[in-house]
Amino acid sequence: MKARVYVTLKPSVFDPQGRVVADALVTLGYQDVKDVRQGKFFEVELADADPATAKARVTEMADKLLANPVIESYRVEVLQ
Amino acid sequence: MKFSVVVFPGSNSDYDAFYAASRVIGADAELVWHKDTELKGADVVILPGGFAHGDYLRTGAIARFSPIMGAVKAFAERGGPVLGICNGFQVLLEAGLLPGAMVRNDRIKFVSRIVPVRVEQTDTPFTVACKPQQVLQLPIAHGEGNYYAPPDVLQEIERNRQVIFRYSNDAGEIGIEWNPNGSLNNIAGISNRQRNVVGLMPHPERASESALGSADGRFVLASAVRWFAEHADQMVRHA
Repeated sequence: MKARVYVTLKPSVFDPQGRVVADALVTLGYQDVKDVRQGKFFEVELADADPATAKARVTEMADKLLANPVIESYRVEVLQ
Repeated sequence: MKFSVVVFPGSNSDYDAFYAASRVIGADAELVWHKDTELKGADVVILPGGFAHGDYLRTGAIARFSPIMGAVKAFAERGGPVLGICNGFQVLLEAGLLPGAMVRNDRIKFVSRIVPVRVEQTDTPFTVACKPQQVLQLPIAHGEGNYYAPPDVLQEIERNRQVIFRYSNDAGEIGIEWNPNGSLNNIAGISNRQRNVVGLMPHPERASESALGSADGRFVLASAVRWFAEHADQMVRHA
């Protein structure tokens, strides 16, 4: 089975890369862009388990390695 | 006394640190491969600059899995002096030996130049030979030196005098205009609560001889020698 992990900088942490991307989009003519937050995306393939167990395990992985909880927050999705 | 300099795959200031410790300061020094599990009799450990493990995932994030890090952690817990320079600082943050984290420089620029850095505390193994508030001219070379800690952690670090170096001007004044990367409170280097583990973004080892543009980095390494001379009897030597 697969799980997806989305990691972004916490709202309280300034995201200089996202800011530059937002500025670039405005330069391209997308005046309606107010802000961009850049992040990371992981697809984790793991042995079959019930979705609740899988989610708990991948959440633990995100907390221990995939994200740095000091600056980043994450969201875990388990695919059926 | 002996400096052990850890070499990770992707370290690039390892030999600079080795050279500064051995040839400039005149101490014993040895390079220790990251797959080793012993620090080879280190009295002081240096985690050098570079791009350990290619900076994959996050700067310093993979280095904490290097076999040598178990020994580094044990050495630090026994009170052994550990200095993390640039990427070595990032490794210490990711390994949980220092509080906080690094994010990209605020202007997305890789900053590479000599900057004035003010010594905030002189009671650590790496600043004991400095004068209080001394301004050192040290090179920085990083894209990710923008120090961040949540407000409560930052407050605690300041309260415990764990900020050891701050970006300043030549006169030692602190201001946002002298901040090269967006680092909170102009932080260039911090220590742990016990004060034996220090991380800083500037490179003292690259400023050890005047031919390099500054010799101020000697104060940092000479501090370790002096600290060792004063504390050797309290140190448990690590085989």
